[in-house]
Amino acid sequence: MVGGGLAVVTLRNVIHSAVAMMVCFGSLAGMYALLGAPIIAAAQVLIYLGAISVLILFAIMLTQAGDASLPAPFHRQVWLAVVAAVAVFGLIVWGAVQTDWHGATRATVLGLTAIAQAIFTTYALPFEVLAFLLLAAIIGSIFLARRPEEDERAS
Amino acid sequence: MPSLSAYLVVSALLFSLGAFGFLARRNAILMLISIELMLNAVNLSLVAFNAYQPGGSLNGAVFALMVMAVAAAEATVGLALVIAIIRTRQTPEVDEYSDLKE
Repeated sequence: MVGGGLAVVTLRNVIHSAVAMMVCFGSLAGMYALLGAPIIAAAQVLIYLGAISVLILFAIMLTQAGDASLPAPFHRQVWLAVVAAVAVFGLIVWGAVQTDWHGATRATVLGLTAIAQAIFTTYALPFEVLAFLLLAAIIGSIFLARRPEEDERAS
Repeated sequence: MPSLSAYLVVSALLFSLGAFGFLARRNAILMLISIELMLNAVNLSLVAFNAYQPGGSLNGAVFALMVMAVAAAEATVGLALVIAIIRTRQTPEVDEYSDLKE
């Protein structure tokens, strides 16, 4: 999974990066299953492997009109980015290792029934807000991506 | 069985890879992919915390599902924006978007 993530950010070809991203997300789904959350693993496969990856691949293929010359993938400030990323990584790992988690142990496997009940009772309002957000995202992306100037194309 | 810290370290690695990609790559679509990586790292740590906490509450798992939905919305709108920009500027390189500077 980490190899997939590394490939995402280092590969020169954008399509290769997107496929590496799919590998990374797929192994992440396996990790969710390992954590006893099969419903989240299923959602990961559905949403990320199924929807977002295809969306990103479509976007890449729409925008890259088969140009053979691939530009340099990185900015000039790549070393600054390396420093920032390593600093973030070090900070998080230091926090995770230093903290005493009070002997946290594994709970039981997350059941589908329990999650569904929680979503539709305790979290009913966030669920509805989320549905509205998705609707707004659909309308907004259609508005943004539609081809402008209908009359210009007709002439 | 790996410990909670192991999952958190993997999540931190994924997050910093995403941060590095966002800061260093020049392609707008790859910057969006890096954002997805970071969101996934956060999701992993949420699910790990939820799996390792006693009491069997579901907050982390439900929150991870909500993060996934928000990430889907973000990817949709972000890709639509990027495609609109690429259509007008004919390049996915973010260095070229310097109209405000000039």
